[in-house]
Amino acid sequence: MAYLINQSINRLDRGAFFALGLISLICCSLLGMVIWFLFHESLPVLRGSHAGSFIFDDSWFPLEQRFGVMPMVWASLAIALGATFIATPFGIASAIFLAFYSRGPIKSTFRLLMNILAGVPSVVLGLWGLTELVPIVASIQPPGTSLLTAVLVLSLMILPTVTLTSTAALSAVPPQFLEGAQALGFNQKSVILHIALPAAKAGIISGVLLAIARALGETMVVLMVAGNVVQNPSGLLEPVRALTANIALEMAYAMEDHRASLFFSGLLLTLVVWALAMLSTRFRSLDGRTQ
Amino acid sequence: MKISYTYFPLWIRHLIVTSFSLLIGLQTPNTLADGSRLTITGSSTVAPLALEMAKRYERQHPGVRIDVQTGGSSRGINDARSGLADIGMVSRALKDNESDLTAHLIALDGISIILHRSNPIAKLTGQEIVDIYTGKVRNWQEVGGPNLAITVVNKAEGRSTLELFLHHFELTNSQIKPNVIIGDNQQGIKTISANPGAIGYVSIGTAEFEVTFGTPIKLLPMGDVESSVANVAQGYYPLSRPLNFVTTTNPSELGQDFLRFAQSLHVKDLVEEQFFVAP
Repeated sequence: MAYLINQSINRLDRGAFFALGLISLICCSLLGMVIWFLFHESLPVLRGSHAGSFIFDDSWFPLEQRFGVMPMVWASLAIALGATFIATPFGIASAIFLAFYSRGPIKSTFRLLMNILAGVPSVVLGLWGLTELVPIVASIQPPGTSLLTAVLVLSLMILPTVTLTSTAALSAVPPQFLEGAQALGFNQKSVILHIALPAAKAGIISGVLLAIARALGETMVVLMVAGNVVQNPSGLLEPVRALTANIALEMAYAMEDHRASLFFSGLLLTLVVWALAMLSTRFRSLDGRTQ
Repeated sequence: MKISYTYFPLWIRHLIVTSFSLLIGLQTPNTLADGSRLTITGSSTVAPLALEMAKRYERQHPGVRIDVQTGGSSRGINDARSGLADIGMVSRALKDNESDLTAHLIALDGISIILHRSNPIAKLTGQEIVDIYTGKVRNWQEVGGPNLAITVVNKAEGRSTLELFLHHFELTNSQIKPNVIIGDNQQGIKTISANPGAIGYVSIGTAEFEVTFGTPIKLLPMGDVESSVANVAQGYYPLSRPLNFVTTTNPSELGQDFLRFAQSLHVKDLVEEQFFVAP
């Protein structure tokens, strides 16, 4: 039967194959173009005499030919990991609540709220952080724009990512696993802890990695609440500048080596986010295999 | 008429538009000047004024479209030089290595040191400002104020406000020990109005405008000269700068006409509305 259908729509199929293939190729080549473009634009500074300055210079004063990006690399990592550290337990707890404990209107309302939170533009969260959170942190230690503030606002931003992907992973656990466990006399707590979570582990990790990638790439929030001072993150209440914020702050004003070094930090960021996305896909495919 | 507050230079957007048009087989649209279209890019200080001038000019000359985009004085210089823009907006005097361009003065602006309104400090000497910005003085107590940590707000590299500030106080950016670094004037005013111990510097026009709207900031005098639009106009105020339109030596006919308009009495009220000073 399938063979017959294949025969009759073969021509149509082949047309669709080429058309869809072409469209996919265009999408992929756009990504390729972006990476090539970033690489090409950062070449002058990679080949120039300042290449070593990226790693070995301890500070960033492009007008004085000092291009140390490492403080910003550490700052980006600290912000992203800090936000993930806070968002992960809350996200997984919310996911368990959504998948196992909530029903009816409570479940749909909670899910709706998570979706809305996921859709709040980051500039709005940044504005909220700047006007509400920063003064609170400043009352502990000025200036208030700090690593901690950025971590808090970002964790709110990536919470829905963790929650929604973890809920999806938990819902994808085959019902016979759960039913079997219940039939063996497991209580709800044991079912969740020992059956559902281990079975959904890969999916949850994949979601967390995506959240890290999102936090690393976030620009507006860190630009507004992190303080943007280039220095190694030495304390939670110290201001720091993330790689993304650096690009956004200076790109429009940069020329020559300064500009190329900003493109280089963009390239660096793209590669890290790319690696995280690949790792995330790997974990998700693992999840498929366990089922 | 539109204004885009974008972080990407015009040429990147041209690249994107071009690649998409090529992909779908369209001819590259000519988005540059073609007799009825003018592109103005550059300083975010000048942009609101240029936008108002452009609106009025468009009303008087139906069919003309003027596109105003921000991105800083360096972008104004770059775009005017490369031809990506017909006119560049530059909030400083031209440098020696920019003599290939012509500056057309449209207004004057001053930079004011600003504090939170609740800060009782009424005056700081130049040396005190330098000491605060270089981190030698870290508490308001040391300059006769309350026992309150100082939050030094500095501008990001490349901004003309930063250059003017550094030049005036004979500092380099690496000597400054900032607590917060900001991009544009608005971010600066938000940061300082939310922090009682903060000190920063922004355009006088913007600061005076915010004060009339009740934003809790105050302007410090420079030496004995009060920070005000009026003092900038009379040339008394030391920390001031010219706002220029820059072009290549031979701008288009439309460009020339718009420049004449922008320097005429027809726009004096617009300059004053933006709290700048007509030359």
